[in-house]
Amino acid sequence: MSFLVVQNLTKEYPLGLLGKEKLKAVDDVSFEIERSKIVSLIGESGSGKTTIGKLVLRLLKPTSGRIVFDGKDVFSLRKEELRDYYRRVQGVFQDPFSSFNPIYKIDRVFDMVFEEFLPEVKASERKARIEQVLTSVGLNPSQILGKYPHQLSGGQLQRILIARILLLDVELLVADEIISMLDASTRVDILNLLGDLKKRGMSVIFITHDLSLGYYISDEALIMYRGSIVEMGDTEKVFRNPVHPYTRMLLESVPEVGKKWDLRERFTPELIGGDSASCKYYDRCPIRERHCRTAHLQMVEVEENHKVLCLKAGA
Amino acid sequence: MRDALLTVRDLKIYYRTLYGYVKAVDGVTFELRDGEVLGIAGESGCGKSTLGNGLVLLKPPMKYVGGEAILDGKNIMALSQREIKRIRYEKISIIPQYAMDALNPTKKIKQIVDDLLREHNSSFEEKRELIEERLAIVNLSKKVLNMYPIELSGGMKQRLVMVISTLMNPDVLVADEITSALDVSTQRSVVQMLYEMKEKKAMKSIIFITHDLAVLYQIADRIMVMYAGKVAEISPTEEIVRQPLHPYTKMLLASLPKIGVRFVNERLKGIPGYPPNLLNIGPGCRFRERCPKAFAKCEQDPPIFDLNGRKVSCWLFERGDGR
Repeated sequence: MSFLVVQNLTKEYPLGLLGKEKLKAVDDVSFEIERSKIVSLIGESGSGKTTIGKLVLRLLKPTSGRIVFDGKDVFSLRKEELRDYYRRVQGVFQDPFSSFNPIYKIDRVFDMVFEEFLPEVKASERKARIEQVLTSVGLNPSQILGKYPHQLSGGQLQRILIARILLLDVELLVADEIISMLDASTRVDILNLLGDLKKRGMSVIFITHDLSLGYYISDEALIMYRGSIVEMGDTEKVFRNPVHPYTRMLLESVPEVGKKWDLRERFTPELIGGDSASCKYYDRCPIRERHCRTAHLQMVEVEENHKVLCLKAGA
Repeated sequence: MRDALLTVRDLKIYYRTLYGYVKAVDGVTFELRDGEVLGIAGESGCGKSTLGNGLVLLKPPMKYVGGEAILDGKNIMALSQREIKRIRYEKISIIPQYAMDALNPTKKIKQIVDDLLREHNSSFEEKRELIEERLAIVNLSKKVLNMYPIELSGGMKQRLVMVISTLMNPDVLVADEITSALDVSTQRSVVQMLYEMKEKKAMKSIIFITHDLAVLYQIADRIMVMYAGKVAEISPTEEIVRQPLHPYTKMLLASLPKIGVRFVNERLKGIPGYPPNLLNIGPGCRFRERCPKAFAKCEQDPPIFDLNGRKVSCWLFERGDGR
């Protein structure tokens, strides 16, 4: 059963002084997330992946479309329902330093969770609960509690934010580039932590620009390009059998140890074309045909649980 | 073996703070050969950027404490202000990490280039042909010369700085994290453009600094891995990825995600613990606290052992075999 349903979600921003032109940051996006699944939203800058995360967290309002969580439209929630929503759906972001108020000790993020969401937990129990969640994210509570944010590393702060999620026993986590500021040797552990949380029943929207990280951790992958999902489905299928030319290009440009690029080959960099073609990838596409400019695009199922937004898919 | 272009011996660059010295680069020895791309890899705080920046533009709070860096017969760390001005940019140049912010916003690109060249007894007009040729390599139109920096995207500015910083065809180019802020598809094109510039003699050798070993694998002839201000290992690229010597290199490579490995089937492992604080740090191998193979001897500073041309700074290799 899908407990998060995103339907025809669109978010436009006005451009220019008068705002007559619109930028579609998210353009008619639909997908569903089941319980206990990790879904990657993969895309480059400007693909709209972060905007989707913010919409799910209700930090932005959509221009049109719906987000339904556990049967209820997220944007119609009021008061108690809203508090309940944030009890169950939370976010962690890229820069852990900016998630903490530098003048307070670390303990405060946990105290706030208790005050806002868990007032019924007695003060005497709180410390034990905090120590328990800190331990389960691989931290030593005695080295964390009583410290200020600047005394800890980015990896430690990110773990603390995940410990906070654990305290709430969140059902859906929006994780936006949570490991892109961390070093290779520490980020894998954070990823593994997400994997463990999934086993305990939590779902994660894992937003990343790094394909190899998305591949490692997620059950399903959504590839985004300029506001649209161009390919989606089972992670193994999307990565092993990429169909959309954009996905293919992305996978070819992922650097990997043991697989050498041909440095003599010329690789076309960013080419931002007009918005006139119905396929947004038209200007960069190596296999485009004339009808790609005008024809109406629709998601095509190329195999079970693997869909592509391309006229040439399956042809 | 190709000749050494730049020879660095026991170089020490510290940061002066209220509490003492932060030993960011602490006794680093290596050579950069003529025509090679030397990759410097390591995690945040390992000293790779301090090293690269210190070689080109040492400025406070960085402090040159000891050792030498010989380029063209001279120790470039101990030159007069006048000599530095000449050597910097003409002999050794840098594409800084935040290249996008390196351009004066109030001037047209053409003016920025002309100002820079005039300080080195040249001018925009004199180099016009070369500039246009190089712009073509990085896929920029001549039109950018009449634009202001604000009119260019981040990626375009970065490619422009690649051109500007190498107009005097320096012997050594330091590229500091030039791919880190870019999207994957742009990352690849930047690496390819840099390679083409080197083929066309825009520079002799490159020191390519990045935290991303997978990117380094694509372009580096040899890789130097740094840890906490010291050299851990220097080896040819193929050898270091196939058979890493230093325990840190091994663990770092093992932590990298790769196609074929997924959480559901196989778990990657990170390196437990955190790097040491470099403020007033004492002797001993700096990786020992996190190293599964640490033993009594690791309390002393490990020298650099030479194994058939591969260099490794780890006591396990005292007798040569690493066991």
